[in-house]
Amino acid sequence: MSQPLIDYCIAQGDDALIFGQRMTEWCYSAPFLEEDLALANVALDLIGRAQMFYQYAAELADDGRSADDIAFLRDARSYTNLLINELPRGDFAFSMARFLLVDTFNVLYLEQLVNSSDSRIAAIAAKAIKESRYHLRRSRDWVVRLGDGTEESHQRMQKGLEEVWGYHKELFIETAGERELIASGVAVDREALYSTWSKQIDTVLAEATLQRPEDGWKVVGGRDGIHTEHLGHMLSEMQYLQRSYPGVEW
Amino acid sequence: MNTIPLVSEAQRERQLRRSDSALPELWTLLDSVTDPEIPVVSLWDLGVLQDIKKDGERLLVEITPTYSGCPAMVEMASEIEKTLTAAGYTNVEVVSLLTPTWTTDFMSTQGREKLREYGIAPPAPKAQGKKIACPQCGSTDSELISEFGSTACKALYRCGDCLEPFDYFKCI
Repeated sequence: MSQPLIDYCIAQGDDALIFGQRMTEWCYSAPFLEEDLALANVALDLIGRAQMFYQYAAELADDGRSADDIAFLRDARSYTNLLINELPRGDFAFSMARFLLVDTFNVLYLEQLVNSSDSRIAAIAAKAIKESRYHLRRSRDWVVRLGDGTEESHQRMQKGLEEVWGYHKELFIETAGERELIASGVAVDREALYSTWSKQIDTVLAEATLQRPEDGWKVVGGRDGIHTEHLGHMLSEMQYLQRSYPGVEW
Repeated sequence: MNTIPLVSEAQRERQLRRSDSALPELWTLLDSVTDPEIPVVSLWDLGVLQDIKKDGERLLVEITPTYSGCPAMVEMASEIEKTLTAAGYTNVEVVSLLTPTWTTDFMSTQGREKLREYGIAPPAPKAQGKKIACPQCGSTDSELISEFGSTACKALYRCGDCLEPFDYFKCI
């Protein structure tokens, strides 16, 4: 049993679950029907991804907890997702700006994770990369369409981008445990992805006629369990059923 | 002699597992289990059913999930169990495998044809490019409305000739 590997799987699962759960909030309230379906589909992909990572974590830990227990019976301080995933839904432009930053990162990250020395992680990545590729196609299209759209859509897209920008730094920060896993070829070096990520974002922003925000501020702490006020509220809703009726099944 | 492979290596291995199986009656039996969202396509035609094995008294049925979050997977596993139980096999375990990664290349020719008859454009073989034929009139003058449809596996298209909207089973 390797504690860094268990922590890593849970962190990967937390990133996917919290982002997926947040995006389900668009269900029934997206701008139009096709977009409602698209957001629900993407959210579902992410929740499925979390399930695969939690399942592996549960098998490795072998402490009697199931994947569902990991998702539903931990408090905010035990969640280790990056903060960008837990921020409130915001407007559609904010959501698309966040998707662009995360999807671009995910594609670069998973493209390398498919070569993980851990075959189970590699298999999860092989499944997830296919989905992240079409997630990115969509968020890219939206950012360009809204950025290079009307005066109002441009202004709101720019505002959404400014609001989320300070949270992107955390995508490239590694924990000590993660560095051990990078050394053994299990995990991917996040820091090394920054320059490619940055260039790809610049290309999209140029096409979208948007300004890249200044790198003046950043917010970090998610991997240490230090969250924004928003996570607790989300968990109280997401975990309500299992907390009120422990062990209840569908 | 050089041969042109018509199916992927993973698909060929899958076909051999079925044709060389010591349990042919079970494969036939499970042909009655279909995708709950697309009831005309069996799990074999969909490429989800990978292997049926006997482990002592226990039956192991291996499936590969389609999309990570596809809620139909739970339903499929329970349908497999129900079908085998009804046929007298009480010790059944359905195992979900991540490798080989499911791809639409696993879908059988018959499965693709059934999809078309059902009104869903089947996934285009990779070589065919982006021309998606309308399942109603056959025209390839179609356009993408949305990459996302009523289930994780489908995209929305519209036919430029008969003007009908249709579902396309995405190629992944």
